[in-house]
Amino acid sequence: MRLVLLVLSLCQLFVAAAAVGAERAPQEVVIDDPYIELHTGPGRGYPVFFVAERGEHVALLKRRTEWFKVKIERGEEGWVHREQLRTTLNLDGEPFDVPDVGFGEYADRRWEVGALYGDFGGANVIALYGARSLTPNLSGEVWVSEVLGRFSDSTVATLNIVHLMYPDWRASPYFTLGAGVIKTSPKATLVATVDREDSLAQAGVGVRTYLTRRFVFRAEYKAHVVFTSRDDNEEVREWKAGFSFFF
Amino acid sequence: MESRFLVLFLALTFAVGGLSGCGRDRLVRAEDGAQPPVIEPDVERREIQTAKIDTEDFEVGVFLGQLSVEDFGVNNVAGARLAYHITESYFVELAAGQTETELTSFERLSGAAQLLTDSERDYTYYNVSLGYNIFPGESFIGKNRALNTTTYLIGGVGKTTFAGDDRFTLNVGLGIRIMPLDWLAVHADFRDHIFDIDLLGKEKTSHNMEAHLGVTFFF
Repeated sequence: MRLVLLVLSLCQLFVAAAAVGAERAPQEVVIDDPYIELHTGPGRGYPVFFVAERGEHVALLKRRTEWFKVKIERGEEGWVHREQLRTTLNLDGEPFDVPDVGFGEYADRRWEVGALYGDFGGANVIALYGARSLTPNLSGEVWVSEVLGRFSDSTVATLNIVHLMYPDWRASPYFTLGAGVIKTSPKATLVATVDREDSLAQAGVGVRTYLTRRFVFRAEYKAHVVFTSRDDNEEVREWKAGFSFFF
Repeated sequence: MESRFLVLFLALTFAVGGLSGCGRDRLVRAEDGAQPPVIEPDVERREIQTAKIDTEDFEVGVFLGQLSVEDFGVNNVAGARLAYHITESYFVELAAGQTETELTSFERLSGAAQLLTDSERDYTYYNVSLGYNIFPGESFIGKNRALNTTTYLIGGVGKTTFAGDDRFTLNVGLGIRIMPLDWLAVHADFRDHIFDIDLLGKEKTSHNMEAHLGVTFFF
């Protein structure tokens, strides 16, 4: 229930932030295509209900994915695809540059969050991370992974430094070093077991590919050494893949 | 090699020095002449302030419904979801929910035997899923009112905490999103949560069906 409350309070914050952003006057453009089509909703399935001609002024109200909600001079409001706004003009006659997030923004990213899923020494692992770019090549990452196995569950928290080899390529390999802790609790149905906490170090290689808009695909392999209190250290191999979102 | 750099450097220095010298010279001459320009350009520059276009790709909301926990009855479930729309077709969703399970038939019939403690009876889950809007379109209510709707397929991975353990959980499902307003959506969602459980002696895969109604806001 605490989680639900937390999410709800976050929502409130976001809604408040969105309301502040909406107070500005909308951007206006002039249509330069023969016509643009207004759909009833932001998607391919929603029908065209109105057409605005070349030379008409259009106010851009908001955006969802690749669709812009517009208001034309005659008062109708509808959704137009980004492609149709490509050949519009600013009020001073200059071509209007449709704002978009592309590879350029990816190269300038500062923060990133992501979720990956994979295999951690035979168990399922769900990993969440947050990253901060330090230079185009280097970034620092904080990881929290939940390892859910047949006989035990673990939570792993690590700090990593990542070196991206070719930051100006759409797909680039990287390598990483990290250290952290692993907390293991055996399943409740097993008898006479105790929870334990150990420190671990890890080294890994991976590849990341810029997909579209704010999305990145990422796959990696990490080798862990768990420094146990027993005689031998434990070695664990981890594979995982997932998506991240940058801003 | 080194000498070539030296030559290049010197050439650049001269060029820059020469240019700035010329500029100063011309400026001085213009002041001296004090002749008005032949044509006074009379262009009114419009100051265009580019307002940021409000992007509404996030969707956040809460839901209430019923979750059938295998062997532990059908119970009320409440939760929250946060989604990000990547394209008009794909979205990712983070959801969390909670329910309190009831006694199994065995516990009820035997009277005293209790399989779980009260805290172990709480069932909480979270998941990360990828959704695909499969049938976007308009649905009509009566003759004159049309609402934007879409049906989506969704599936992902997550964790369920139940009966004293965390369990890796797959979820698959289908939902309907109805949008009475641009920023408001009503969801009807059907989801199967699948995980392995060995609580009753033998390990088995349990399917836990959930049906819920939710309200979300785009921002």
